[in-house]
Amino acid sequence: MPSVLPLGDPAPSDGLLPQQAADGSADRAFGLYVHIPFCAVRCGYCDFNTYTATELGGGASQDAYATTAISEVDFAATVLRDSGIPDRPLGTVFFGGGTPTLLPAEDLGRILKAAINKWGIEAGAEVTTEANPDSVTPESLAVLKDAGFTRVSFGMQSAVPHVLKVLDRTHTPSRVPQVVQWAREAGLAVSLDLIYGTPGESLEDWRYSLETALSYQPDHISAYALIVEDGTKLAAQIRRGEVPGIDDDDHADKYELADQLIGEAGLSWYEVSNWSRTPEQACRHNLAYWRGDDWWGIGPGAHSHVGGVRWWNVKHPTAYAGRLAQGLSPAAGRETLDDGTRDMERIMLEARLASGVGVSSLGESGRKAVAGLIADGLVDPASAFRGRLVLTLKGRLLADAVVRRILPD
Amino acid sequence: MSPMARTAPVPAATDPAIIRNFCIIAHIDHGKSTLADRMLQYTGVVQSRDMKAQYLDRMDIERERGITIKSQAVRMPWELDGTSYALNMIDTPGHVDFTYEVSRSLAACEGAVLLVDAAQGIEAQTLANLYLAMENNLTIIPVLNKIDLPAAQPEKYAAELASLIGGDPDDVLRVSGKTGMGVEALLDKIVRDLPAPEGDANAPARAMIFDSVYDTYRGVVTYVRVVDGMLHPRERIQMMSTRATHELLEIGVSSPEPTPSKGLGVGEVGYLITGVKDVRLSKVGDTVTNLAKPAADSLPGYADAKPMVFSGLYPLDGTDYPVLRDALEKLMLNDAALVYEPETSAALGFGFRVGFLGLLHLEITRERLEREYNLDLISTAPNVEYEVTLEDKKVVHVTNPSEYPSGKIAEVREPMVSATILAPNEFVGAIMELCQSRRGVMGGMDYLSEDRVEIRYRLPLAEIVFDFFDILKSKTRGYGSLDWKADGEQVADLVKVDIMLQGEQVDAFSAITHRDKAYAYGVMMTTKLRELIPRQQFEVPIQAAIGSRIIARESIRAIRKDVLAKCYGGDISRKRKLLEKQKEGKKRMKMVGRVEVPQEAFIAALTTDESKDKARK
Repeated sequence: MPSVLPLGDPAPSDGLLPQQAADGSADRAFGLYVHIPFCAVRCGYCDFNTYTATELGGGASQDAYATTAISEVDFAATVLRDSGIPDRPLGTVFFGGGTPTLLPAEDLGRILKAAINKWGIEAGAEVTTEANPDSVTPESLAVLKDAGFTRVSFGMQSAVPHVLKVLDRTHTPSRVPQVVQWAREAGLAVSLDLIYGTPGESLEDWRYSLETALSYQPDHISAYALIVEDGTKLAAQIRRGEVPGIDDDDHADKYELADQLIGEAGLSWYEVSNWSRTPEQACRHNLAYWRGDDWWGIGPGAHSHVGGVRWWNVKHPTAYAGRLAQGLSPAAGRETLDDGTRDMERIMLEARLASGVGVSSLGESGRKAVAGLIADGLVDPASAFRGRLVLTLKGRLLADAVVRRILPD
Repeated sequence: MSPMARTAPVPAATDPAIIRNFCIIAHIDHGKSTLADRMLQYTGVVQSRDMKAQYLDRMDIERERGITIKSQAVRMPWELDGTSYALNMIDTPGHVDFTYEVSRSLAACEGAVLLVDAAQGIEAQTLANLYLAMENNLTIIPVLNKIDLPAAQPEKYAAELASLIGGDPDDVLRVSGKTGMGVEALLDKIVRDLPAPEGDANAPARAMIFDSVYDTYRGVVTYVRVVDGMLHPRERIQMMSTRATHELLEIGVSSPEPTPSKGLGVGEVGYLITGVKDVRLSKVGDTVTNLAKPAADSLPGYADAKPMVFSGLYPLDGTDYPVLRDALEKLMLNDAALVYEPETSAALGFGFRVGFLGLLHLEITRERLEREYNLDLISTAPNVEYEVTLEDKKVVHVTNPSEYPSGKIAEVREPMVSATILAPNEFVGAIMELCQSRRGVMGGMDYLSEDRVEIRYRLPLAEIVFDFFDILKSKTRGYGSLDWKADGEQVADLVKVDIMLQGEQVDAFSAITHRDKAYAYGVMMTTKLRELIPRQQFEVPIQAAIGSRIIARESIRAIRKDVLAKCYGGDISRKRKLLEKQKEGKKRMKMVGRVEVPQEAFIAALTTDESKDKARK
């Protein structure tokens, strides 16, 4: 998550949610996100809320982190219950970071177990952790599997050494097939994360990364364009002219290549930056974000959403741990969305999915815009005819522009 | 040296023999206002502690730019050889756009102080005003200012002045407005050298209006010079050009604050207040007479101010249109030369076509609108007025390219000016090159001194309204100066160049140019727009055309990527806020057909920065 939190309303210290959050909650899916704010090294492009091992102490330290996170799980269960929201079994759980696998697998397991104890878990639930190829072993993967994890998402990013170097990634490319193999043997589904558009990466570099990743036959691939965030080391390097800047046309070429090669390998897109081998292997936790489901985000800087109420935790792990130790909500701010804003978000998020947005759910001006979007080659005509607005390849690259055209003025 | 006058002559009872009326002719930054301030101080009409720099320039813009837009008159007592005199200093506008106002100020005087920067020498506008003063038979007192500057070259420029007006270089006074050096001697010389005003005290009253200013509290304040007879408070007066009559509510002199008097007699200079609210009812150059005992003939020289340069003014925010309308109405009260009418642009929305005396007048007006009325404005490229005769003999006057007729055109006439340029002789070649590239025809050339020349050209006004002066300045390293006056019209081979975005004509970018320059304009504008307009979801051709013939073409490639790769850890709020911001940005776009054009692109495309940059290279 980005290091800059949004501006919102102050969050109450007891964390209690307004009535709006409880309305209809029994019928909505519920998930859990767990943020692990640690990394072995800080990558030059990353503006996520993460810290290297030596930076923190107290309840925020790596050793004590699981215990702190579990205290927020307890807090969450109480707040939801007190806000009139019935306990719902977890449908998806996602550990992200930072580098979750920097914590001992047993710690991740403890946090997961605490959550399952509170809420229960659906049969066939999806439980994912992100992992750095450097920080897993056959043993740690087995521990995760035993604890209930079903899926691991490796931050491969690129197969090209000079690209990894610009990204400050420390792993050697040859380690990736090995960790994929271990995860398979442990019985975990595998996803690979790739980044394209890194300064200095050629189209051929990217082709090589894609072909290499696909040769490991992952169940799922995420391919994200590199975003240069203000305040990162990479942004400073570009400003000083040490590395070339970002070119949107280059991004477009690389996205098109990714869609082609991933598609030829038998995976299909289900969200702008995500592809899966079968619809069942799509990342359900990721889909929950785009579909507006409920989830609670555990950890410093984590975002949560319950029934149109969004909130986010204080950013710094020490402040976060301190709030929880005092029995206070770690939330830094929140928003209670009105119907119009929820509708706008729904359109903005669903438009990114292969399942698309219902044309009849758009406002009048949005429905009127559809013909023009088809004419411009941004929306698939056959789907639109069946009542769903689904982006074409060109439309996916211009998804934000399409959304601006279908939103009410 | 004379002492400060012990007793000041009383207005309405002052013998013309002890009156001296003078103005100061000077270039913009040659220190006229500073010298005037020093005179106010030495004659005791302004106490030293009340002095603010450039006392007479009232508007902020005037003080900041160091120029005088509106003139004023101040009555100062000065004693010489035991006699108290009344000196009326009439402050004249210093810029080329206001030549007519200058000529009326000169007509109110018997003499002029020709003030020249001792480090720079005479400039074109000063020379033009000097000629104007000499035509009015004014006695000229040549003065070199800023004598305290290390770069001053008094000998050189004294010789230049002496050769221009005759006389001995040693007779040229040397002063410093800054230190006050020589100012008392100048006041003495004004009393000694200038003739006293003459007039018939028993004739029907005639007074010439040389300035007219709108004051929020008092209405129009009219400045006059009485030629014959006498004006009294509470009389009914008549404006001889319009026959309008008013009651004289107050009459007095500025010293320098307005001081009511029992009247104004022959040779006196002062102000009138009649309660009217519009300066158009009290026009510069008009003659004021007494309704009960009117004069038979008005004073000579009256003319209506005629706008020469036109520009469309549009509020950046369309909802500011009523504010702009009210602001123009108020400015008009104080600016008889300003004319405007509403116009609509497909690209810019509702605005006004405004006529100005010249470019500075345009700039000042625009700046006042933005500053005093808190408006953000787009002004279209300045235009002159063309007379287009169609083949069916119909005549159309065009002040806006979008009014250019599309039918068969027999003839187009454009306004001409005669321009005078003064510069060091090393720049003659560069100046000739510039003038020729602007379709100028040389009228003559004279040496003012060994190394300074006066070059005269006849040029189309349209060629000098845009960037001519900036380029002249850069080609002469700042030494060149320019003066111009209207000089008839000529038939020219002019065409209208249209600019189209994706086939849609954008009226704000159309221009009327000489046929030989149409291509250059087309290339310049299409290139500029390609850089200024952001990429759209489709390719946007930009074309320049004369009629249906395309003369230049560029295109903006379609944007291919406009999507955020991901939402970090479910931070949907950030994404939504970004989207809201983008949608807000979209509202600030002007739609040209399907093309979204940011306001900034209009502003940038219509400003002259690029031409200035080019000239500097």
